[in-house]
Amino acid sequence: MKTFVKILLSNMERPGYTGSLADYEGAGGYKALKTVLGKTPPNDLIEMVKKSGLRGRGGAGFPTGVKWGFIPKDHPGPRYLCCNADESEPGTFKDRQLMERDPHQVLEGIAISCYAIGAQTAYIYIRGEFRLAAKILEQAIADAYRAGHLGSDVYGSGITVNVSVHAGAGAYICGEETALLESLEGKRGKPRTKPPFPATHGLYQKPTVVNNVETLANVPHIVNRGAEWFASIGVPPKSTGTRVFCLSGHVKRPGNYELPVNATFRDLIFELGGGMRSDKPLKAFIPGGASAPFLTPDHVDVQMDFESVAMAGSMSGSGGITVMEEGTSMVWAALRLMEFFYHESCGKCTPCREGSSWIVQILQRIMNKQGRPEDLRTLTEICENIGGRTVCAFGDAEIAPVQSTLKYWRNEYEALIAEAEALKGSRKEIPVLSLA
Amino acid sequence: MIFDKHQDTVNDILGRYPVKRSAMLPLLNLAQKEEGYVSQAAIREIAGILDLTPPQVFETATFYTMLNLKPIGKFHVQVCRSLMCALVGADPLIEWLRKHLGLGLGQTTGDKLFTLSTVECLGSCGTGPMMQINDDYYERLTEEKVGQILKDLRGTGDCSLKSGPFLVPERGEKVVSP
Repeated sequence: MKTFVKILLSNMERPGYTGSLADYEGAGGYKALKTVLGKTPPNDLIEMVKKSGLRGRGGAGFPTGVKWGFIPKDHPGPRYLCCNADESEPGTFKDRQLMERDPHQVLEGIAISCYAIGAQTAYIYIRGEFRLAAKILEQAIADAYRAGHLGSDVYGSGITVNVSVHAGAGAYICGEETALLESLEGKRGKPRTKPPFPATHGLYQKPTVVNNVETLANVPHIVNRGAEWFASIGVPPKSTGTRVFCLSGHVKRPGNYELPVNATFRDLIFELGGGMRSDKPLKAFIPGGASAPFLTPDHVDVQMDFESVAMAGSMSGSGGITVMEEGTSMVWAALRLMEFFYHESCGKCTPCREGSSWIVQILQRIMNKQGRPEDLRTLTEICENIGGRTVCAFGDAEIAPVQSTLKYWRNEYEALIAEAEALKGSRKEIPVLSLA
Repeated sequence: MIFDKHQDTVNDILGRYPVKRSAMLPLLNLAQKEEGYVSQAAIREIAGILDLTPPQVFETATFYTMLNLKPIGKFHVQVCRSLMCALVGADPLIEWLRKHLGLGLGQTTGDKLFTLSTVECLGSCGTGPMMQINDDYYERLTEEKVGQILKDLRGTGDCSLKSGPFLVPERGEKVVSP
């Protein structure tokens, strides 16, 4: 069996490791925070993270150091760090493990990042359903305060870092960074129009950085081992480090696997995941959460870094890989994901709000063998009218399952519609009210 | 008043934010924990605390699917129906639960014990099919396991089959520190 470099999961995979403060300190935890706080100039930290090549692990893959660099240096008022723990992308469950099993790794990352951007306050916006993770984090925060890793004048440096957990209440869209800020301000979680960006007008209109849990958890390791070390893993210079990939669907061993980003889907699905759970061959996989276009068995040797997956016509997104075996209906799979997006559309932008409902209706009738020959053209047109026409990336995400299944498995749609056509004469049609 | 006995918690929540309105979700969550749902009285009380009007609180609350604006059963059985769980057998399980509890989706049993709902992805895709009952996750479900969970909840109000901190599956691969 191949061995792979691990960073984030290496603590918790040690036998007996509980994620308590004592365990984390015993494994060298909070060393990075002690090293930099009040000693390394914040700007050097930003440069270090830039040089490491660390990119956002939430889905967009934006370079973290660059995001930090956008915070205006001369701003007098408070600045904020928001840790995005809203993990809601179907197929993704890595942040939950990072928070439940090694919460101090996340907290140390938060504290260092706060110092780097000059924020005294951090909020961990966690999805409301993650009650256990929230409870574990709250305990860890209390322990860290007591041990002096958080609070005012940390280690006598004069630096203040306050962290609190803020639970959501069920809304996928609150993982979008500006919707998260709206929700944190106590409003309906609808994305804001950009610009202005959160770096200048974020939480309470103050400079704000929003980073994913896994992104922040990497920061202490970059400080400890250096930017060059981190940048040497993966596919330098653009996609570096490891990622915790979440494997789900028809595989023998689903779960979270940390791999350097230059590992391939074959490594994950077959080497670590044990391959398909039945003897049926692989039919399709989603490479980066529900928002990523489907890929086919022809793509299993693609590397899982951001660029390679984009070249293959999809996106690495949140790192959630969902595997489907031969025999799975792709129209059904697209419908299931579309029902998710329909349920979660916040309703702010008309193309997304109405379009998601239309797509669900059309897919449902195709599945129910009541599809019409013109449906495929209508689906394509609706998708084209949603993509790029919404305030946030949700619109582009929701059309991915439909467009990609239409691209690779159009014959399945056509077969269902042909069946509907054949049934036409034998079925009693419900009379439709005519306004003419 | 709902928050009277939680005055310390309310003050602690308010102390975390420079702007009062940010306490909205924490207070709504607290109200639901206390009463099982968000009542009109709770909405009025939260509005009072946050210097808002009750419609402003209500409008916000309607956005969030976890907030129940009507009373529900003591145990809210919420089964994930998203694709990842559906691939590994969520649909038959939902059907089984409907039959076993004699409920349609969104309905509550006559004894006010169980409300059955389907929900979208709960971030537990590697351990599906799964469901959440009140604060707890239950994963890698089978009909047998779900039957046991319902029996335990009916009997003692608690069930030891709930998930603890995310487990690293046994894998036998070597951990290499870089």
